[in-house]
Amino acid sequence: MPNPATTPQTLAQKLIAHAASRSHVIPGEIVTCKVDLAMFHDSSGPRRLAPMLAELGTTIWDKRKVVLVIDHYVPEADDEARRIVRIARHWARDLALPHVYDGQGICHVVVPQHGHIRPGLFCVGADSHSPTGGAFGAYMFGIGSTEMLGVLVSGETWVRVPRTIFMRWSGRLGDGVTAKDMMLSMIGRFGMNGGQYQAVEFCGEAVAAMPINERMTLANMSAELGAQVGLVAPDEVTRAWLAACGVSEVETARWHSDEDATGVRHNFDASTLAPQVALPHSPSNSRPITDLEPTLVQVAYIGACTGAKLDDLRAAARIVAGYRIARGVRLLIAPASVRDREAAEREGIMRMLVDAGAELLPSACGVCAGYGSSIPDGATVISSTARNFQGRMGSVTAQVFLGSPYTVAASALRGRITDPREVLWHGEAGAR
Amino acid sequence: MTAPTHRVWRVGADIDTDALAPGAWMKYSVDIIAQHCLETLRPEFALEVQRGDVVVAGPGFGIGSSREQAAAALVHLGVAAVIAPSFSGLFFRNAFNVGLLLLTCRDAEQIVEGERIAFDARAGHVRRADGALLACEPIPEFLLQMVDAGGLLPQLRRRFARRDATNDSTEKR
Repeated sequence: MPNPATTPQTLAQKLIAHAASRSHVIPGEIVTCKVDLAMFHDSSGPRRLAPMLAELGTTIWDKRKVVLVIDHYVPEADDEARRIVRIARHWARDLALPHVYDGQGICHVVVPQHGHIRPGLFCVGADSHSPTGGAFGAYMFGIGSTEMLGVLVSGETWVRVPRTIFMRWSGRLGDGVTAKDMMLSMIGRFGMNGGQYQAVEFCGEAVAAMPINERMTLANMSAELGAQVGLVAPDEVTRAWLAACGVSEVETARWHSDEDATGVRHNFDASTLAPQVALPHSPSNSRPITDLEPTLVQVAYIGACTGAKLDDLRAAARIVAGYRIARGVRLLIAPASVRDREAAEREGIMRMLVDAGAELLPSACGVCAGYGSSIPDGATVISSTARNFQGRMGSVTAQVFLGSPYTVAASALRGRITDPREVLWHGEAGAR
Repeated sequence: MTAPTHRVWRVGADIDTDALAPGAWMKYSVDIIAQHCLETLRPEFALEVQRGDVVVAGPGFGIGSSREQAAAALVHLGVAAVIAPSFSGLFFRNAFNVGLLLLTCRDAEQIVEGERIAFDARAGHVRRADGALLACEPIPEFLLQMVDAGGLLPQLRRRFARRDATNDSTEKR
C-alpha cells in the first residue's frame, strides 16, 4: 500500500489539498474547500442571490473575496434587461461591494485583468466558462446561483477530487493555427463530455510557448470538453502577465504536477494541426478546415471570452489589414473587454478592423449568449465563440460554425469559410 | 422504491442547457422559462408533462451553461428524476442544489417512451415495467439529503432558522 502522503500529486490535487487545508487528497474523495474568490455576473448573480440572501436573513461571508461583473444584459436591450441590471447596481451599492466591474467587458477576461486570479487560488464562478481561471494555475470552476448562495453564506464548497487528463502538445503550432483550433480538435475527438468532469491539464512545448490569452482559450473551452477545470501550470509567462495587471506576489514553483503523478495521458503534435471548424450545432462536430465543403457565410462574429481577447483581435487584424471584407458579409467584433479594446486601439488594430469593414459592438457577452440581441434568422455564421448549440445565439434557424479568430476574419474577407493560411501565405491579391 | 408509476419521456444524447432553458427566456422567472423547456425537441413536453414523470435521456444530459434554470425548469414542471448514462458535471451539481434527482444509469437507453417505471435512489436502481432492474451509480448521502429537502435553499433556510432560534434563546438568558 503506497503512502498517500508521499505519492506524487497532480496540480489539481495540490490545489484542492491547499484549499482543504490537507497535506494531500486522493482522487474520488469528497472534500470541503475554502473559497478564495467567488465571481458572478448580472444574470447569475444579484437578481437570484439578493432575494435568497434576504430570505435567509444573512449576508456575504467576506465581501473582499467577491467580484461582480455586469456583462450579460449590457447594454440594456429592453425593460427586463434594465430591471436585471438595475438590481445588480443597487445591490452592489447597498452592500458597498468593493469589486464591481460594470460594462467593462466579459467576466472571465475582466476578472484576471484586474488581478483577482493568481496561481494557487481556489475559485468559483457562477458561469460555465469559469474554468478560464485555470490558465493562471488556479482551481476555478463554474457553479449555479443556488450553489453560489451556499458559498456566499459559508465561504466554502465541496469537490470530488478529480483524476487528471494530461493533454500534452509537443511541437509548435503553425502560423494561423491557435489554441481555439487545438480545443476544437480535442472536443471533436473526445466529445463534449469527454472530460468526464475531471481535471484537464494542458502541457507540452506548444502550451509553454503560448501567451496567456491563448492559454485562457484552452482553459475556457475546457467547459466544452466537459471537464471541471482546465489547468495550465503557471510559469514566467504567467508571472509577467499578472505583474502587468498589478499582481506582484506570484508563487509558481509549487503549482505543477509531479512528474510521475498518476493520470490519463494524451499526446498531440501541434506542428501538424490544421485550423479546425465545428459544424452546426455542436462544438464536438469539428473537423480540419481542409475537409470542409464550400460554405458561404453572411455573418462573421469575433466575440466572447473565448474569441475576442487582445491576441484574437490581433489575429483578425493580421488577416484583414489593408483589405475590404466581401460584399454582403457582416463582420461583427465585440472585444472581450474594454482593456483589450483600448490596447487594440493603441496598437492601431481597431482602425485596421474598422477600415476593412468591421462593425464594432460593445464589450459584453452579446449574441454569444443570445440573451439580448440575436444573429439573423436563417443566416450562416462563422463565429469565434465557444458554443453553436441550436438557438444559442438567438436564432433557431441560423447555422453557426465555430472557428478561430483567424478563420473568422479570413472567411469574412472571402465570403466563404476560408483556411486563414491561404490569406497569410498568398495574401488577398489573387482572390478577387 | 417508488411505485411503478413514473411515466417516461425519452430524449436523445447531449441535451444542452439551451434546449432546457433557452437563452431568450433567461431574463424571466423559472415559471416562464419552464414553458419553453425542451420546446425545440419535444414541443408538447411543457404542456403535457405531469408531476412524477421522469425524463430518460442519452449520454451527456445537461451539457453547456451553468444556468441552473435548466434543472429548475424540470423541477417546476414536476419531473421526479432524470435518468441517463451520463450527465454534465456542472448540471449534476446544479440539479441536486435545486432539488432535482439525477440517476446515472448505464442502461438507461433500454427504457422506452411512455413506459411506467419505479426507482430507488438509495438502493441505486431503476425497475422497468417488466420488472427488470437497471443499476444506477451510487449518489453521496449528502446529495440525496439535499434532494429530499427540496434543494440547498430549503436546507439553508432550516440552518439559519435554527441559528436565529439559538441566538434568540442566548439573548434571553
